[in-house]
Amino acid sequence: MVGPGQGGGQPLQNANPLIYRRSGERPVTAREEDDELPDIIDDREIFDLIRSINDPEHPLTLEELNVVEQVRVKVNDAESTVSVEFTPTIPHCSMATLIGLSIKVKLIRSLPERFKLDVHITPGTHVSEHAVNKQLADKERVAAALENSHLLEVVNQCLSARS
Amino acid sequence: MEGCSTTGGHRADRRQPGIPGVGCTHGAPHGGDGCPRSAGTARPGNHRPPHVLPELRAPSLRKTSPLPPASQLRARAGAPRPRAHASCSSSPTAYHRFAINTVITGCDCTGRGGGRGKAGLKDGSWTVLQLVEALGFCLENTDPRMRGRGMQLLSQVLLQCYSLLQEKEVLHLVLFYENRLQDHHLVIPSVLQGLQALSMCEVLSPGLAVSVLKAIFQEVHVQSLLQLDRHTVYSIITNFMGTREEELKGLGADFTFGFIQVMDGEKDPRNLLVAFQIVRDLIAKNYALGPFVEELFEVTSCYFPIDFTPPPNDPHGIQREDLILSLRAVLASTPQFAEFLLPLLIEKMDSDLQSAKLDALQTLAACCAIYGQKELQEFLPSLWSSLRREVFQTASEKVEAESLAALHALSACLSRSVLSSDTEDLLDSFLSSILQDCRHHLCEPDMKLVWPSAKLLQAAAGASRRACHHVTRSVLPLLLEQYTKHSQSSQRRTILEMLLGFLELQQKWGHVEEEESTLLSLQALICSVVFSALTDSSVQLQLVGIRALTLLGSLQGFLSPSDLELVVDHLIRLALCEEDSQSSEAAMEAAGSLAPIYPKVFSGRMVPRLEEELQTEPEEESSRDRCSLRQRCLQALAAVSTHTSIVRETVPVLLQHLRKVQKGSEAGSAQDIISVCRSLHRVALQCQPEAESCWYYHQTVVPCLLAMAVQAAMQESTHPPLGKVLLQEEVLAAMVPVISAATTHLSPELAAQSVSHVVPLFLNGEVSFLPQNSFPCSFQPFQDGECLEAQRRLVALLMAFVCSLPRNVAIPQQEWLLRELLVLSCSCNCPFTATTAAKCFAGLVNKHPAGQQLDEILQLAVNRIEPGLVEGPHRTQALTLLLWVTKALVLRYHPLSSQLTDKLLGLLSDTELGPAAADGFSLLMAESPDVLHKGCHADVRIMFRQRFFTDNVPKLVQGFHGAGPDVKANYLKGLSHVLNHLPKPVLVTELPTLLPLLLEALSCSDHVVQLSTLSCLQPLLLEAPQSLSLHVDTLVTKFLSLTSSPTMAVRIAALRCAHALTNLPTIVLLPYKARVIRALAKPLDDKKRLVRKEAVAARGEWFLLGSPGR
Repeated sequence: MVGPGQGGGQPLQNANPLIYRRSGERPVTAREEDDELPDIIDDREIFDLIRSINDPEHPLTLEELNVVEQVRVKVNDAESTVSVEFTPTIPHCSMATLIGLSIKVKLIRSLPERFKLDVHITPGTHVSEHAVNKQLADKERVAAALENSHLLEVVNQCLSARS
Repeated sequence: MEGCSTTGGHRADRRQPGIPGVGCTHGAPHGGDGCPRSAGTARPGNHRPPHVLPELRAPSLRKTSPLPPASQLRARAGAPRPRAHASCSSSPTAYHRFAINTVITGCDCTGRGGGRGKAGLKDGSWTVLQLVEALGFCLENTDPRMRGRGMQLLSQVLLQCYSLLQEKEVLHLVLFYENRLQDHHLVIPSVLQGLQALSMCEVLSPGLAVSVLKAIFQEVHVQSLLQLDRHTVYSIITNFMGTREEELKGLGADFTFGFIQVMDGEKDPRNLLVAFQIVRDLIAKNYALGPFVEELFEVTSCYFPIDFTPPPNDPHGIQREDLILSLRAVLASTPQFAEFLLPLLIEKMDSDLQSAKLDALQTLAACCAIYGQKELQEFLPSLWSSLRREVFQTASEKVEAESLAALHALSACLSRSVLSSDTEDLLDSFLSSILQDCRHHLCEPDMKLVWPSAKLLQAAAGASRRACHHVTRSVLPLLLEQYTKHSQSSQRRTILEMLLGFLELQQKWGHVEEEESTLLSLQALICSVVFSALTDSSVQLQLVGIRALTLLGSLQGFLSPSDLELVVDHLIRLALCEEDSQSSEAAMEAAGSLAPIYPKVFSGRMVPRLEEELQTEPEEESSRDRCSLRQRCLQALAAVSTHTSIVRETVPVLLQHLRKVQKGSEAGSAQDIISVCRSLHRVALQCQPEAESCWYYHQTVVPCLLAMAVQAAMQESTHPPLGKVLLQEEVLAAMVPVISAATTHLSPELAAQSVSHVVPLFLNGEVSFLPQNSFPCSFQPFQDGECLEAQRRLVALLMAFVCSLPRNVAIPQQEWLLRELLVLSCSCNCPFTATTAAKCFAGLVNKHPAGQQLDEILQLAVNRIEPGLVEGPHRTQALTLLLWVTKALVLRYHPLSSQLTDKLLGLLSDTELGPAAADGFSLLMAESPDVLHKGCHADVRIMFRQRFFTDNVPKLVQGFHGAGPDVKANYLKGLSHVLNHLPKPVLVTELPTLLPLLLEALSCSDHVVQLSTLSCLQPLLLEAPQSLSLHVDTLVTKFLSLTSSPTMAVRIAALRCAHALTNLPTIVLLPYKARVIRALAKPLDDKKRLVRKEAVAARGEWFLLGSPGR
């Protein structure tokens, strides 16, 4: 796993990235307010969970950097599976593993246990895509990473609500 | 020093203020243990025996200045004559000797014998001389401790009595004390106290202040004293600076140097605050700094940036912020510091610590207020590169905001300086370098740095007219060019938003011929860009375009008449035809804000267009579209009515449309009438500030509405179902705010004129003032009769009118009216009419002047209510009347209100009326929309809620404990209504007593009670986490169990509370973390999405508790 790269004053790897517009809050429908009708967990709901994760380097969200997109989120409520693809801003981004870990942790904390999670890099967008995917898929390595308090701190910062 | 870590990168000699209570700087008892004078600083004379003392009080004192008789001292002090003791008057010496001996004995053993000395000196029975003589034994003692006690006593006496001393006495005391500064270190603290007392004497002879200070500077090594004694030295200096400014200035730079030595090395925050104040005065009052500017800067700047955390329970209450502001005031007090300070600030902006950055930025901004070009010139490039880096790279909005503020201040400072002909204009070159670094980022509207660049430019340009001109001259053409170069809506939106920001700055600085030409040369281009945004398909771009349009319209003379017509056409199109409601609303708002500037264009072009659209008959196939088009027309008509001349055009159009709609018999016409009423209401609100349009509106609209309603009521011959749309409850309810808003702002004379028509209409059927007043039968709403039900409903309109009148307008036949309303409210079968009559009655009673008449009418009401509540078909009506009358009286603190509230409390145990009575508490506490609020001139005392709370909550609690199980919920519901409306600060203070009951309410099975208790607890968790910490166990349990409530709203509220729990101190929560996280896994799989959302938020926050990086 990687360590955080953000030291004060150190130049950023990608100082002037492209910025994308945030999608608005999901409007609340009358159906959602009806006490009786069940709402299934859909793509947008999963996307809402991860779109506000902070980037480890920039004061921007993953959605604003287009690292996550709703079309790259797939969920099947009945079969309890979730698949998320994320796209690093540059192919040699050293933060890719950390971003993947943040997404994974956010989903672990926010979804019912029945779900099987698959978080991986959008194919062809990162130089060490395979290695990163392997790390993210390895439950033990993820668990071990979260034992590292330094790493946990960075992940928690990514998941904290922006003050 | 514990607890005050030094900032990384500090120079080694940086000292930080210590924490009071930690370390040896203060708090240690006086005594021999902590010998403050170190070996290195020991000087000869330290232990000089006190043989000088006899010389001092020797002949000069006695010969040249016989001490004044005691009576003289007494007279000056204005003290009462002491009681005459027989022994005292006959032989004063004997008495005194006795007393003094007592004092000395006391001082020998405990040092506490000063009391009598003080008293004696104060009431004039002793002189200072006598005291000194009596203390002689002590003061001359060879034991330094004994001398110390003697000095302590004398100094304490002086501290109490310094105002009574005479000039000569002061002179000798000063000489004595100065001399004593050379004594043993144990004596010094008392000597300083004595000098402090003397420094407060008004009769101090000229020259003495200087000599005292010189002696202190020379003899005392201040920083090796204890905190309290150092503080005494600062006080002496402060006192002298306050009263002997001229003398001290005579010392020249020596004084400054002396002070620098005194404060060099100070660590205590209390002393630092005083010392900083002295430095500020030194500079502000122009004391000579001489060659010591840098030393003075060093001795203060070494504390920058302040890093100080007050210890918990600090009794001195000094906050970090106090020190920061105090130091900043010193550093930013003189341009002389600039050459030293600016490099320091630049260094600190680089710091990793955010607090250091912020402090440096804020200090820079403060300095810019007094600096000129000369001070800044050398450092501008480094300052700019630091500021740019902060804005480009920071993750913190605060740092960004402060950086921009500092840049703004810099630019303002450079703009302020007067130019001499031969120097280069620094502002120009500074702005050019900013432009050079930021301009190219403006061309990349998708990239991250586009906004930081625009903000930097705008901050610099916003500082002065000259800066604004310089920046916009370069940026505006660039942005216009970029707008055409980029074709995507989102890019164009960003560019237009930036353009808007620069145009706003233009507006702020107004026009000068030269600038106008720049702007005017771009006028055509700007207009075409804005118009193209208005026709774009992207709503976001349209919205920015509309904002830009509003701004352009407000720039005087910017838009040509033909442009204006185009603007109006665009606004009409957007308001009526644009599918997105956001754009349409924004266009209406824009029309509303531009209409007062160009009333002719809007009344000539927009109003006729809207009228025409309204009159077009809907075609069959697209009736839904027509319907929404009509809605839009009505809204637009209201929005544009922001000028008197336009109001006179739009109101008749709206009324005409109203007449047309109520004649029609379509199913949707009720909705149409309500829309017209909404528009009319908005126009009324916009008319209120102007008396003339207000009266025009009132005169035109109120009779017209009344006439239409009366006509409809008369045509209604039969009993419900009501055929006429105009008489439906929601339609009448929509007319109420129109009439109310048309009435509240009338002047009393005009209101009186109007009331003389309206009240007789209802009481006597006087219809003559209504337009088209030929009615088939008479209007008698207060008469009995089945067929008059329809007429009675119009009491709603009467209520809207009479309850909105200013309080000083007399209502004709008020008593009669009140009686009729009372009868109607108690006996009418229709709940709408009964409630309205009750509200109208309450509204009038609230404003009725106190006195016998009021008491009579209230008695009448009570007599009606009481039997009504007991039994009969009209119990609900009686309760409603009781509620409204109670509210009216509670608001004005009427004595009868408590009796009525008690009655209401009693009803809580009624199985039938109990729930309604409990809900009534919400009515009592909440703001009512149509009557009994400040806007309609009701008598509302401030804090009536608090008062109601203190008077009635104990009764509610008591009632709850005594109530049967089936009605307990009513009490809880009533209580939670009261608490929900109480201001939060009051609630927080009252919380401890109520919390047990609230926790009990959480276990109540009624979900209304659960919900309102949760909504009451949630803000408390956010605002008073400390007081709730004690109950964390219960709270966690109850919240978690409510997350599986069958009601969605309760589950959501419980999860929000569980989320809010994380505000409690982490240490309290950690034991529950695992349990809560486990329990919150279940609502993650709730069937409702809204519940899951709250569960995710709450669980995420609990995960972060006590975890690194929170």
